[in-house]
Amino acid sequence: MSAAKDVSVSAMAGSRWRVSEVAFWIVVLACPFLFPSRYLIMTDILRLALFTLSLDLILGYAGIVSLGHAAFFGVGAYSAGLLALHGIINEPVLALIVAGLAAMVLGFLTSFLVIRGVDLTRLMVTLGIALLLEALGERFSDITGGTDGLQGIEMQPILGQFAFDMFGKTGFWYSLIVLFVLFLLARRVVHSPFGLSLRAIKNNPLRASAIGIPVNRRLIAIYTLAAFYAGIAGALFTQTTALATLDVFSFERSADLMLVLVIGGTGYLYGGLIGAVVFKMLQEMFQEITPQYWMFWIGLVLVAMVMIGRERIHRWVLWLPNLVIRQITGRKAAVAVPETDAS
Amino acid sequence: MTAVLETRELQKSFGGLKVTRDLSLRVERGARHALIGPNGAGKTTVINLLTGVLQPDAGRILLEGQDITDLAVHKRVLRGLSRTFQINQLYADLTPLETIGLAVSERLGRGGDWWRRMGTRGDVNEEIADILSRFHLLDVMNELTATLPYGKQRLLEIAVAIAARPRVLLLDEPAAGVPESERHDILAAVAALPRDVTVLLIEHDMDLVFSFADRISVLVNGAMLVEGAPEAVARDPQVKAVYLGEGADA
Repeated sequence: MSAAKDVSVSAMAGSRWRVSEVAFWIVVLACPFLFPSRYLIMTDILRLALFTLSLDLILGYAGIVSLGHAAFFGVGAYSAGLLALHGIINEPVLALIVAGLAAMVLGFLTSFLVIRGVDLTRLMVTLGIALLLEALGERFSDITGGTDGLQGIEMQPILGQFAFDMFGKTGFWYSLIVLFVLFLLARRVVHSPFGLSLRAIKNNPLRASAIGIPVNRRLIAIYTLAAFYAGIAGALFTQTTALATLDVFSFERSADLMLVLVIGGTGYLYGGLIGAVVFKMLQEMFQEITPQYWMFWIGLVLVAMVMIGRERIHRWVLWLPNLVIRQITGRKAAVAVPETDAS
Repeated sequence: MTAVLETRELQKSFGGLKVTRDLSLRVERGARHALIGPNGAGKTTVINLLTGVLQPDAGRILLEGQDITDLAVHKRVLRGLSRTFQINQLYADLTPLETIGLAVSERLGRGGDWWRRMGTRGDVNEEIADILSRFHLLDVMNELTATLPYGKQRLLEIAVAIAARPRVLLLDEPAAGVPESERHDILAAVAALPRDVTVLLIEHDMDLVFSFADRISVLVNGAMLVEGAPEAVARDPQVKAVYLGEGADA
């Protein structure tokens, strides 16, 4: 049946790799060779990118807003820290997965509170859970180390082979591989029937249930998966810095995350990655110009971005390259703006 | 004849306002049943009660003899009770292919499939293609729904409901707002619905009702006023009074 074939081809078109995507990852791969002295900040960006990818899964695809995503980051971070500190699981990759699962359990349990209610309720509930965990961390300072955090974490070599070095080279490659693997998984998920049903739920939950979609079950599933991602990001933080302090749960971390995603754009997976790069670069740049007031400038950029609109900025940025291409080739240039940049 | 959809003394109030009063409705298997009534008669509330968006204060709802009163919305759909929407509730930034794909995936139990990509399951693809071609949407299957002509959107609306392979289909004003030139396609699609699908039509347009329905229930102030064959309902003095009193388009 040829119509079914057409349907199949069209349905799969969305999940096909685009040239721009391949180019993106080639650029990422080139970075360690271009900036061999900047492993630490690049690792920082990768962690933030993974953390933001987690928020994108729930916000960009399922429409769940959160101001407390640091809760899962923190649980991942402390799980990895405690596992290493007490020598429970010494192998980092295994510890990473266990830490992710710990965050996932918390995500599953709290998802029932988050899925009900409207945006405002969700903001408050997520914020509340993160604050709660931070307070618990302070209360049980004998376990968490209180405000000093976990002291003396020593990381064992990855898979017993690759020791963490002081320049952060191992940590960088480790983080990059983890990010890429989880990105591939996320890409798979969002292009599945499950992922499509999330988009339907985000757009109109009532309509989605009238189609036969079990809305709550889907939301619980994606929230739980996102918690796993955030937990992994937190665990990477602890493993690559050998630190875990209570500010892993902090409100600023959750709020920054929202900023990063808004900067990069929601609902096309690359928003988190691009946002993380832009955010960290802006932070570096502004911190150099004005160490005390860099947050002011970040805020200004954010306001400008929201007022002007990201699409228009993309068009301005691409104006010159497009003009050049037009002059040389004499035809309309391909615009490299993400197609489904629905924010 | 057996009732495939039945309500027993359904009641619903909003505050002190009774919007559904002791409504007992029987829709026979294979029927083309119309539910009509003036504005504010409570037709929308009846749909919301039947589909599970609202919970009744009292009374039961039975689908093929089974009590579905406490079932969630999506579970009723999977049991075979599907609906169309009166105002546009389609996914503007999805394509017809994706929209139908959603419904077909859920019906075949593949909707939770997070590992296989869309388009990789033969049974799903074939069913999507079948529905799209039946509703003349194959040629526009990759266009965004928002860009489709209104008539095509209404067809897609019916197609999504049919994709759930319902045994009872609630049609909520299928031709509302469709320009005269595109009306014919909608009416043809409604007329061509398979006979094994029982249809409950909620409609204002009396031409459509009388050309389509073999049984009519008239709802006034949330209660059943008259029920019967179209000719009987048309002659009924109470019905005339309601519609003439309203000065409506009867």
